[in-house]
Amino acid sequence: MDNNGCLPCTRREGFPAGLRVLVVDDDPTWLKILEKMLKKCSYQVTTCCLATEALKKLRERKDAFDIVISDVNMPDMNGFKLLEHVGLEMDLPVIMMSVDGETSRVMKGVQHGACDYLLKPIRMKELRNIWQHVLRKRIHEGREFESLEGFDFEGIHHLMRNGQDQCCDDVSLFALEDCISSTRKRKDTDNKHDEREFGDSSSTKKARVVWSVDLHQKFVQAVNQIGFDKVGPKKILDLMNVPWLTRENVASHLQKYRLYLSRLQKQRDQKKCSSSGIKNPDLNPKDPGSSSIKNSMNKQQNVVSIDGFRCPNNGLVQLHESDFTVSELNKTEQRRALATNNIIPDPNMTKVSQIVLNQTFSPLNSEGNIEVFDCTIPTQYTWNQVPKRKLQDDPKSQSIASMVSSPSAASSIASSAVDNIIPVQSKSLMVNDQSSVTSNPGLKTQEFDASLIPDLEFYQQNLLWGGEAAFSPLEEDLNFFLLQSECYNDMNFGMHSIDMSDYYYDPGLIADVPNHLLYDSADYSVVDQSLFIA
Amino acid sequence: MEVGQMQRQWIDYTRSLFIEGFLDAQFLQLEQLQDDNNPDFVVEVVSLFFQDSHKLLNDLTVALDQKSVDFKMVDAHVHQLKGSSSSIGAQRVKNCCIAFRNLCEEQNIDGCLKCLHQVKQECCLVKNKLETLFRLEQQIMAAGGSIPLMELSF
Repeated sequence: MDNNGCLPCTRREGFPAGLRVLVVDDDPTWLKILEKMLKKCSYQVTTCCLATEALKKLRERKDAFDIVISDVNMPDMNGFKLLEHVGLEMDLPVIMMSVDGETSRVMKGVQHGACDYLLKPIRMKELRNIWQHVLRKRIHEGREFESLEGFDFEGIHHLMRNGQDQCCDDVSLFALEDCISSTRKRKDTDNKHDEREFGDSSSTKKARVVWSVDLHQKFVQAVNQIGFDKVGPKKILDLMNVPWLTRENVASHLQKYRLYLSRLQKQRDQKKCSSSGIKNPDLNPKDPGSSSIKNSMNKQQNVVSIDGFRCPNNGLVQLHESDFTVSELNKTEQRRALATNNIIPDPNMTKVSQIVLNQTFSPLNSEGNIEVFDCTIPTQYTWNQVPKRKLQDDPKSQSIASMVSSPSAASSIASSAVDNIIPVQSKSLMVNDQSSVTSNPGLKTQEFDASLIPDLEFYQQNLLWGGEAAFSPLEEDLNFFLLQSECYNDMNFGMHSIDMSDYYYDPGLIADVPNHLLYDSADYSVVDQSLFIA
Repeated sequence: MEVGQMQRQWIDYTRSLFIEGFLDAQFLQLEQLQDDNNPDFVVEVVSLFFQDSHKLLNDLTVALDQKSVDFKMVDAHVHQLKGSSSSIGAQRVKNCCIAFRNLCEEQNIDGCLKCLHQVKQECCLVKNKLETLFRLEQQIMAAGGSIPLMELSF
């Protein structure tokens, strides 16, 4: 799906084709593969094997890229650090990748602001999908002002109370300036973009506020004066006494400020800084041009701020993006957070699953039924990890369940499965699902031919076909192969043996199969990567 | 040997690689990525992997040879190798790496050394297998045939 029906823009033709992606990975093999995969998606790819090099490229031309994909483990810089830098300086969506899918890592990625966390090996379909992050960010920014009416002050108070005496050293404020100005810049270009691309109300004309150093100083002073417990855009606005400034401007600025403070807070808690006003060497070289001026000004501010922000409690601030973003995004993040919380990959389990899988299929085999597999797009990574059966999140599962349409067998299965759905560990699944749920439920639904796998009861009727995002029409990846039943018993690990000489596609058997298989069963049988259905 | 025969041989050989777990689905992905723009894509990627893994294995050997082993570093290398091996679908290598990382966590030097040996073996094995496969492919192409897998858009 190259063009989602938007008006073509001058920057590139037929969004998402031509999406400018920066890939950062120290593994040359992966870099080559990703480059090829992205090119196949008609994206414009730039590769980097070092994080520092990537940052340099990004800083050279701030609007040269639309999205960054980065590995987590890199020799010169931690992927999470890169993520932070990019988020602050360029405000680009960043996707993290790793072969390690441990919940804690994924959580870390999300907390640092990653739009997505992909597990290696990465499949084509996931890469095809990445444009949604770019789009989402733009829409979100476009609607930011609209959403600020329902501002979450509780979130602010919580944040403020939790220790920010180190938050305002010169560098942080400096970086904030940077962040604000780049966000603004992005909004400007995005606005133009929105208008051209969507041509509708999603692009709101916003006042162009220039948050100069003076203005920001006033802002910070106002915040200090009011006190964190009572701060709010209106009060700040009143105190600042800047006639042309609107409440929305202040609210949005406050939002960004909080975000940055919380990030710093986390850093500080980790580093256990004792004194205030500590320079962060990483951040300093960001903008050598104006740093001296800003630093001196910020030092002044620093003094003021620290006095004001000294808080008794140095508790760790757990800032979730859900605290202050658009309500829809709120749910997105929560769902994702929940999803990741519930997923505990355990590579050791794959052997077990494989055994179970063998057992699972043998009754089918004995009945002479033939399994149908799609070997085109192996969903290996999805089932590498074994999700524990812990999902309690009904709303999420319901949303996923709602994606399953089709034959009565499937829907009855799906509906009964609502309570016990385990999401596959793919983090991107959640994101994909949400976009698909909100935008195009019809497309996502997978037809499931119950006759094909007669022993659904075996799976305890919790078979759910997660859908990929709208880019692939139902007919697109329909390559199905009938596997000889005998192969199952000697299946080792990985693919079922495929009789390559005579596979054929019987359209009567299956319509379309999704990439993600969600199911739960009493014996906790898990479909591992050997079951390729895409 | 005529082309048809070679092709059947290729099919059987590939199939065996999957059954025996040397390769997994990722390898198929690579094959799919290969096209007219990059006719030797798979070979190139695989070569890259073996170059990289060779270096990694050397680093690992050195790291484990130290008087006082830095397990964090060893783990980092293994993690890297795990990622690399997953890129071409070298499943057995990858599984070895998983076990290796556990041993690193336990700081079990003997176990690590054994694992290292095993990883090296697996790398060697899969390398030989792939080389055989590629040779077969070359022969088929030279005889004017084409590789069955790609044609049938596996």
